[in-house]
Amino acid sequence: MEVFLFAVGAALSLAGGLGVVAARQPVHSALSLLVVLGSLAILYLTLAAEFLAVLQVIVYAGAIVVLFLFVIMLLHTRTPESRPSRVGGQWALAVPLGLALWAGLSAAVWGLPGARRDLPQGFGTTESVGRELFGKFLLPFEVASLLLLVGIVAAVVLGSSPTTPAGPRPGGGDQA
Amino acid sequence: MTVPASAYLLLSAALFTLGTVGVLVRRTALILFMSIELMLNAVNLAFVTLSRVHANLDGQLAVFFVLVVAAVEVVVGLSILVHIFRSRDTVDVDEVDLLRG
Repeated sequence: MEVFLFAVGAALSLAGGLGVVAARQPVHSALSLLVVLGSLAILYLTLAAEFLAVLQVIVYAGAIVVLFLFVIMLLHTRTPESRPSRVGGQWALAVPLGLALWAGLSAAVWGLPGARRDLPQGFGTTESVGRELFGKFLLPFEVASLLLLVGIVAAVVLGSSPTTPAGPRPGGGDQA
Repeated sequence: MTVPASAYLLLSAALFTLGTVGVLVRRTALILFMSIELMLNAVNLAFVTLSRVHANLDGQLAVFFVLVVAAVEVVVGLSILVHIFRSRDTVDVDEVDLLRG
């Protein structure tokens, strides 16, 4: 059962990852990212991380991808990357470098002792993660809340003040 | 029959590489952000896998905090992006060259 779930999750996440990188339209990239996040949630379930699987679906798929889609709709980027790049040979360099990175990372993780220890009762449930969060990790938790506050303030400040256009707008209209 | 932990870690390495290649080759700032999300998720998968191997919850807590940072990063990044689009009418990172020497 775990082998089947892993095969499905791995295949879906790799296909989605390729889609994020290779899709021509940003909308297709966002939907591929959704596939990756969903399949990673499946993998988290096989790794006894129930709470994180739910959190992954709610926060990533529910909030972050929706935010991406909103911004894509807001910016209506038409025909992206149609002009040739100013920096040539990106693909020719990036693919060998990527393969080298993957080989290095794989060599680092290959043959790690993978024997799993027996899990204590209730490992990875909301209760156990919550107990750790409000005990051992209380200070990081508070700092994280401060970080979220900074994010909210930044979004309000950056989103509300309209700037004067730096150059002539082809379409005109200031109601952006 | 269980899947060895190395399989999960290899998948994590592959996803991280895909994200890196995406950052290197794409020029639409939105897709760069999505590639960064891909890399963060790859690292999260490694955290969860090793948390399972060692039967230690600390890895899962690390994923929780990565999730918080990723959410804030996306919010701030996308609002900067909207700002750039309003003033320069593009999200192509090659076109945003005000600091170019």
